[in-house]
Amino acid sequence: MATDTEFLSRANPTFFKKHQKAYVKSLEDKHTTVEVVSDDPLETKMVLNMGPQHPATHGVLRVLLELDGERIVRNKLDIGYLHRGVEKIAENKTYQEFMPYTDRFDYLSPYSNNVAYCLAVEKIAGIEVPDRALYLRMIGSELARISSHLLWLGTMVMDAGAVSFFIWTFREREKIYSIFDNFAGHRFTVSHSRIGGVASDMSPTAVQMIKDFLDFFKKELERWRSILDRNRIFVDRNMDIGQIDADEAIRVGLTGPALRAAGIPYDIRRVAPYGKYSEMDFEVITRLEGDNLARYYCRMEEMHESVRIIEQCLAKMEKGPIRADNAKKAYPSKDEVYYSMEGMIHDFMMTDTGVCPPEGAECYHSVEAPKGELGFFIQSDGTGHAWRLAIKSPSFANLQGLEYILDGEMVADTVVLIGGMDPVMGDSDK
Amino acid sequence: MGLESALGEGFLTTKLDAVVNWSRANAVWPMPMGLACCAIEMMAFAGPKYDASRFGSEVMRFSPRQSDLMIVAGWCTYKMSHAIRRVWDQMPDPKWCVAMGACASTGGMHRSYGVVQGCDNFLPVDAYISGCPPRPDSLLNALIKIQDKIKKEHTVLLDK
Amino acid sequence: MNISEPHQAIINDLQQKYPDKVLDVKEHAGATVIVRVNRDVVHDVLETLYNDHHFIYLLQVFGTDRFTSENRFEVIYHIFSLRDQVRIFVKTWLEEDNLVLPTTTDLWKAANWQEREVYDMFGVQFTGHPDLRRMFMPEDFEYYPLRKEFPPLGIPGSIQLPSTTPDTEED
Repeated sequence: MATDTEFLSRANPTFFKKHQKAYVKSLEDKHTTVEVVSDDPLETKMVLNMGPQHPATHGVLRVLLELDGERIVRNKLDIGYLHRGVEKIAENKTYQEFMPYTDRFDYLSPYSNNVAYCLAVEKIAGIEVPDRALYLRMIGSELARISSHLLWLGTMVMDAGAVSFFIWTFREREKIYSIFDNFAGHRFTVSHSRIGGVASDMSPTAVQMIKDFLDFFKKELERWRSILDRNRIFVDRNMDIGQIDADEAIRVGLTGPALRAAGIPYDIRRVAPYGKYSEMDFEVITRLEGDNLARYYCRMEEMHESVRIIEQCLAKMEKGPIRADNAKKAYPSKDEVYYSMEGMIHDFMMTDTGVCPPEGAECYHSVEAPKGELGFFIQSDGTGHAWRLAIKSPSFANLQGLEYILDGEMVADTVVLIGGMDPVMGDSDK
Repeated sequence: MGLESALGEGFLTTKLDAVVNWSRANAVWPMPMGLACCAIEMMAFAGPKYDASRFGSEVMRFSPRQSDLMIVAGWCTYKMSHAIRRVWDQMPDPKWCVAMGACASTGGMHRSYGVVQGCDNFLPVDAYISGCPPRPDSLLNALIKIQDKIKKEHTVLLDK
Repeated sequence: MNISEPHQAIINDLQQKYPDKVLDVKEHAGATVIVRVNRDVVHDVLETLYNDHHFIYLLQVFGTDRFTSENRFEVIYHIFSLRDQVRIFVKTWLEEDNLVLPTTTDLWKAANWQEREVYDMFGVQFTGHPDLRRMFMPEDFEYYPLRKEFPPLGIPGSIQLPSTTPDTEED
């Protein structure tokens, strides 16, 4: 009979003693209402630590697994290995100065984080954004969604065994990086979306690059689906693994494709549309099974819908200004700054004081990031610095769901499940 | 290599040095300590466009026992620093370390309570790469600099 | 203030069931509606919302440090109703010397990690929580980082760095 102090006495940590002991104790205390009465003379139970440095944990995630042979009896997740206190940093920076930090939350799709933050600040300060900027933001966000799902596909299928997918998806991602390099100035942590609009306009070369990429990508996606969708090995590895039904998914707080794969069609682009999404024609992909294979299908089809959205945006986009023209609300264009005195003073005031939302205002805005619902809750005290910036990060909620899903699975499925949930640790460990 | 005491620094040992260094430099297997966004650029560095294996880094060995070079990519937090140090201690000599990006070199833009202001506070770093994140070209440049550093080492003739 | 129809119906229902406990209602841009309630009825209000108005989706629980001498901290619950497609924020003010709230993990399992994060960052204790440990910082850390008096760069010595001499396999 495994006693309470059995694992604790064997653990002898050399650093962070209290933390390690508390963590192991919480693993033993998990499910204390369930009687685990089992005679264990052969000592088949063991505690396996999938440590923070691991090739397949998608970043620095630590999982303590208590195994009975090959089956996981209990598990606990330990996060915080990438915690930098970004909410604390936000209280000391003006709204515009905080833009580069938003890139680094979900660092697989930085553009959507930029857009989420800009929308939240624009909502609390009451700034109107011109149409062309909205379309550019949508194109950037959907390209970021494709890029994030491509990396998810490459790493999850590589963890399941097919290593060449990593190379193929990275080849496509390099094309997206070249597109971002062209119109946003940087390969991936772009900070292109600015408060009041976007930083710079899209040249015809970039538009042509996007069109070429989309043409090739549609065929490539079909080719990958033909390899994976009915592949005996892939389906066997993913079907009925990590099953969660709709009620449980809502109670646990899942979000994004994991929630839609369980049957709840909750997509912020439809529930609370922002930008021009209310005019776009796309489907919210929902599946009913709730297992890993359903999450895979959700994301693959979402990539397809993103391609459709980008094509519609490119067709509907018209020439126009790309940033709001208000002296107190948005930065001036660089031409004005260099060639006129008002522009220079305007630039200086915006950098010094920044956008000042009304005092006492509290506002929340969320977008549909590739991982789920990413939202910013801003409390303003009337100055250019936020008083409190609370971030609703999707990976935090999804990882909590992962802790519930992992119980009862085989240890070899851990890797596939982590891949299926697609957590990004920069996002979950704010 | 027990010849050094008898021969001293002479023709034979420098030629042996050159051979050993050449073989070590052209087969640097990195161990990616991929923590954050720089890890994505490191994956791109191993990917098809900026291929690292043409420089000898054929595989990214995730096991520290089988690798030579640790690339710290991303910001190190105090909580993670112990794990990184433990992994570094597990790597056998000779080993080198590259601090990739602004966050690993000096803490970068994250000047806050959770982030170690530079991983050289607890690791001996050989090359620092600036950038946030640095392009994979920069990482290739750092790899070549590490290779140059390896080629200058005296391995056969050891100090007493 | 323009509060939309479904929000107003919910607020009226709460004011009817908990007279004098619904202290303040704020809204912003018609979409963000924040209801402040007295700290004694927080759990009951949330249970009413869960049972009667179908607020079965808990998105986030977070805290704020108002840095006033009275009612220094606030805890905000962000919940969503799937049936009515309505989002609402329920908040409560806590005094600095009485930072205790009942847990809501009996209503939503999602509150588990969220409340741990509030405990880690502000020091608010949740009674009845199955596993109240720190979320991001290690257990050895003794401060609460998001309080306003905690310096952004941290307190030197509050968290240890590894030693640079490798430990041998003695023990």
